[in-house]
Amino acid sequence: MSNIKQALQQRILVLDGAMGTMLQRYKFTEEDYRGERFKDYPSSLKGNNDLLSITQPQAIKDTHAKYFEAGADIVETNTFSGTSIAMADYNMQDLVYELNFQSAKIAKEVADEFTKKEPHKPRFVAGSMGPTNRTASMSPDVNDPGFRAVTFDELRVAYKQQAEALVDGGVDLLLVETVFDTLNAKAALFAIEQVKEEKNIDISIMLSGTITDASGRTLSGQTAEAFLISVSHIPLLSVGFNCALGANLLQPHLEAIANKTDFAISAHPNAGLPNAFGEYDESPEQMGEQIEEYLKKNLINIIGGCCGTTPEHIKVIAKIAAKYKPRKVLEEIV
Amino acid sequence: MKVKQTKYMKLSGLEPLVLNENSNFINVGERTNVAGSRKFLRLIKEENFDEALDIARHQVDGGAQIIDVNMDDGLIDGKESMVRFLNLIASEPDISRVPIMIDSSKWEIIEAGLQVVQGKCVVNSISLKEGEEKFIWEAKQIKRYGAAVIVMAFDEVGQADNYDRRIEIAKRSYDILVNKVGFPSEDIIFDLNIFPVATGMDEHRRNAIDFIEATRWVRQNLPNVSVSGGVSNVSFSFRGNDGVREAMHSVFLYHAIQAGMNMGIVNPALLEVYDDIPKDLLEHVEDVILDRRDDATERLLDFAETVKGSKVEKGVDLSWRENPVQERITHALVKGIDAFIIEDVETARLEAEKPIDVIEGHLMIGMNVVGDLFGAGKMFLPQVVKSARVMKKAVGYLNPFIEAEKTEKQEPVGKILMATVKGDVHDIGKNIVSVVLACNNYEIVDLGVMVPPEKIIETAIKERVDAIGLSGLITPSLDEMVYLAKEMQRQNFTVPLLIGGATTSKAHTAVKIDTQYKNAVVHVNDASRAVTVVGDLLNKKSSAEYVAAMKKDYDEFREKFLKRGKEKSYVSLNEARKRKYKINWETSEIIKPKELGVQMLKQLSLKELEPFIDWSPFFRSWDLHGKYPDILTDKVVGEQATQLFDDAQGMLKEIIAKQLLKPKAVFGLFEANTINEDDISVKKTGKEVAVFRTLRQQLKKRDGIPNIALADFIAPKESGKTDYMGAFCVAIFGAQELADSYRAKEDDYNAIMAQALADRFAEAFAEYLHKQIRTKHWGYSADEGLTNDDLIKESYKGIRPAPGYPACPDHLEKETIWELLEVEKIIGVTLTESLAMWPAAAVSGYYFANPEAKYFGLGKITDDQVTDYAVRKGISKEKARKWLHPVIAEQ
Repeated sequence: MSNIKQALQQRILVLDGAMGTMLQRYKFTEEDYRGERFKDYPSSLKGNNDLLSITQPQAIKDTHAKYFEAGADIVETNTFSGTSIAMADYNMQDLVYELNFQSAKIAKEVADEFTKKEPHKPRFVAGSMGPTNRTASMSPDVNDPGFRAVTFDELRVAYKQQAEALVDGGVDLLLVETVFDTLNAKAALFAIEQVKEEKNIDISIMLSGTITDASGRTLSGQTAEAFLISVSHIPLLSVGFNCALGANLLQPHLEAIANKTDFAISAHPNAGLPNAFGEYDESPEQMGEQIEEYLKKNLINIIGGCCGTTPEHIKVIAKIAAKYKPRKVLEEIV
Repeated sequence: MKVKQTKYMKLSGLEPLVLNENSNFINVGERTNVAGSRKFLRLIKEENFDEALDIARHQVDGGAQIIDVNMDDGLIDGKESMVRFLNLIASEPDISRVPIMIDSSKWEIIEAGLQVVQGKCVVNSISLKEGEEKFIWEAKQIKRYGAAVIVMAFDEVGQADNYDRRIEIAKRSYDILVNKVGFPSEDIIFDLNIFPVATGMDEHRRNAIDFIEATRWVRQNLPNVSVSGGVSNVSFSFRGNDGVREAMHSVFLYHAIQAGMNMGIVNPALLEVYDDIPKDLLEHVEDVILDRRDDATERLLDFAETVKGSKVEKGVDLSWRENPVQERITHALVKGIDAFIIEDVETARLEAEKPIDVIEGHLMIGMNVVGDLFGAGKMFLPQVVKSARVMKKAVGYLNPFIEAEKTEKQEPVGKILMATVKGDVHDIGKNIVSVVLACNNYEIVDLGVMVPPEKIIETAIKERVDAIGLSGLITPSLDEMVYLAKEMQRQNFTVPLLIGGATTSKAHTAVKIDTQYKNAVVHVNDASRAVTVVGDLLNKKSSAEYVAAMKKDYDEFREKFLKRGKEKSYVSLNEARKRKYKINWETSEIIKPKELGVQMLKQLSLKELEPFIDWSPFFRSWDLHGKYPDILTDKVVGEQATQLFDDAQGMLKEIIAKQLLKPKAVFGLFEANTINEDDISVKKTGKEVAVFRTLRQQLKKRDGIPNIALADFIAPKESGKTDYMGAFCVAIFGAQELADSYRAKEDDYNAIMAQALADRFAEAFAEYLHKQIRTKHWGYSADEGLTNDDLIKESYKGIRPAPGYPACPDHLEKETIWELLEVEKIIGVTLTESLAMWPAAAVSGYYFANPEAKYFGLGKITDDQVTDYAVRKGISKEKARKWLHPVIAEQ
């Protein structure tokens, strides 16, 4: 546990890139998603990437390994949608524990192999906890702004189940990410605190929000600083932003929080903005150049990639990150 | 009082509220409290949440930095009301920007509140009243929810009512919170109980001074905490005498703040400025608050008889009508209210020397305010257009007087020629820019749509315009703009050229247009930028510098862009064909359409199309960016979007009721096979009646990724199978006439609205017809049950690509559709020389039904395909180059 905190003092840690982008390359069919076990499952399963941890574990392991090879210190488990709320889309709520447990287990196996090979550079696994597909502080129904499609308690219960399974599966830390509604994130943090208390463990938490547009606010309307204030009640390992924007557009928002917190700062931007056809086409070098700007300004402790990034991107990013010192973080938050 | 402090409280709504050593007193709004406001209680009981929200909004507008919400009343369901009200507040960005104080004596209400607020709130309150265990448990929960907390000076024994008890309870509470719970000390706020003074009872004499002294002790001895309280309690015994109460509140605050009270619930309407309190009243009040004389209460009571309330209730909504005429006119322009403008302008005219002075004075002053607000992003486009409507109404009223006096017209700041280029009929964007510029006192020479370049040049010279603005939506318009830039250069023009419209881009402007014209060329993609850009361009002092900077920017952009283009590589057409999208025609199911041949659709009610409308592009056409319906609650543009949407709904109802627009469609379903790789042969009863030429992607891709052409989605002749495809054209007639009728009434706002709605109807019609095709006429998807949302996301099977759009950017193919379906003859939609459709609100395209058919972007193609295409189509290579120009890769 303290390993990662030590590593964080010494260098800029590199997080992996996109899982989805890599899985797309496999062109899995409905049959591949189903595997033997879910051959006769009543609903369509294509697109349920989290399920691949069970039906195509080798592909997931290979992807983790490619990112570690590229120089990542931390990989995220394949559990972005691993809550009973998001899994309801596939009618797979009952599978949540197993999905998270397996995803954590296989990621940890790969991490351990690499740590064994290169003991001077220990590798870590972050349990990915996505935002779910519902928002707790906004109404999906324009005619009824007071309506909510999900409650804090429903989110808390779902996140708790996910966090428990990830911890049981062996993750080194938890990553609450792509936070577009701060209230969802607060439910996740609440759940994690409960898990910590019940299991009597201490596990580091990374938290990463998403600024959705040029207005510089989250989808639920908060400014970067208001977002930071709203999640700072829990001792976090790091706070930062990911997704939605490319590296250059993320910079002002990182600057907005970097000097206002004692937590470490993380960023995993997209490979640019999607082009007219929804593809991300920023090259590793283009992205690297922009990220180098952060590092020059000493803004960052943990850096990685989100949508559209690949091991090639991470390789470039890792190379650049090695040249710079991490942002100073207080030894321990009092 | 300066207190040594290491940490400061931070709260948040949508925006942060951060205390620091220089923070002023934090004012907590108290009117959304059922215990404190009878009106609010009544509204909540009646479930009149709209008005209840207005109260919250007034508080924030009035300067409250936190709003206290309390629903503790026996006659309402406190928990449900709290949740509902806080949820509604969350949808009002102008309220939810500030942090919330969740106020209740019941834990379950507090917790329910904490579960619905995303920002960092304040809980009001907890205390040791029911013992340590409960206190600790609640504090722990609050910490986990991430809120600050107000701790009442209350314990198992009772409420602290003197100096010693206040500091005893505060100290004990602090120690438990900080040491046992680990509660951040900066998130603790003490409410040290403000009790009334001057009650006539001796034991109440020190109530105020004890609070003040205890506050001083707490701030000095308990690090990082805040002190708060409800101020109006102190004057309780003078209810009914607001004059005295106001003085008491400000005296109390004056001293309490000096002692370290840093936040509190204060009704700003019941607060006198300390320095404005009459000397004699001040002395009497301070005697009471600070307990300076034994007979202080009696003396104040006697004196109070002579003091009367100073505040007068005033009418809220129309109070601006009492302002001087200039302020009324400015208000009307800023708010877009036209109800009183004639009356006000008439008043101004009677006062003015000449009627023209009203335009150049009153109205311009008002419009400048509008311009400033707009420039600062504090007003949005629809508001500005409404302002313009008020302005026009005023000017329309004044014109006869001006004519009568034969004075010259006002001097505009510049003259701008606006035109949609030859062959293009789309003018919503151009009209919006024109209106916005006109609002800012530019004279607009609007040449309308389909304007030939010679006419633009000729008019520009004749009218001596200061700038030329060109607009276009379809790709051939880009070439028209390039041509015009060349012409301007050839004829030695110097005026700036503005480029706008959906198909234009900074890249195209920089690479293709800017290089043709030595003077300023600026791409202006949204109307809000138009004013500043034109202002900078025409500013005599700084324009040279601005133009030079602009040129340099485009130079750099161009260089970057061209470099980027070179990084892409392409494969030959032959190679691309080998990498086509492969459908297994042995297994792929081909469904024969139920109704082959050409049909028309005329007797359709607009009402049926309404549910198919996709509103997001409607807002985009007004420069409001965001997804419907989220945009209605957007923190920045939500209010405007909602207003615009309401106006649109109003007009929509009228259009439907009076059938002001007329939808017409023609479509056909045919046998089809792919021939010669990229062509589709269309047949009627086995006889070829048309051939569609499709274009193939040539960008070099990773292994396994195909280079697609639309022809790939139709079975090739060699497969031996008969496949099918369709074509269609839908159009909405009558938009131009409707818009003109508004324009005749000087109402640009509704004119633009009519056109925007017609465009939406055309798109909705295309969606509607596609559904009819899938489920009925072709019937390959007879059982689909998709919601409107699914339709917008295009989650159905089959596609309907349109010539001129990414999958098939060649507009020439429209001619083939026109011949095949006899579009012009059957429904009367014509094609311009640039192959734009008229009426403009129209959509045409193909139908492909194969489940693997999908939308894609062609990207760039290389010369070999251009040659091949020309040969296949039987046209000159020059003609092919002209039409494919925008998609040909730079070699």
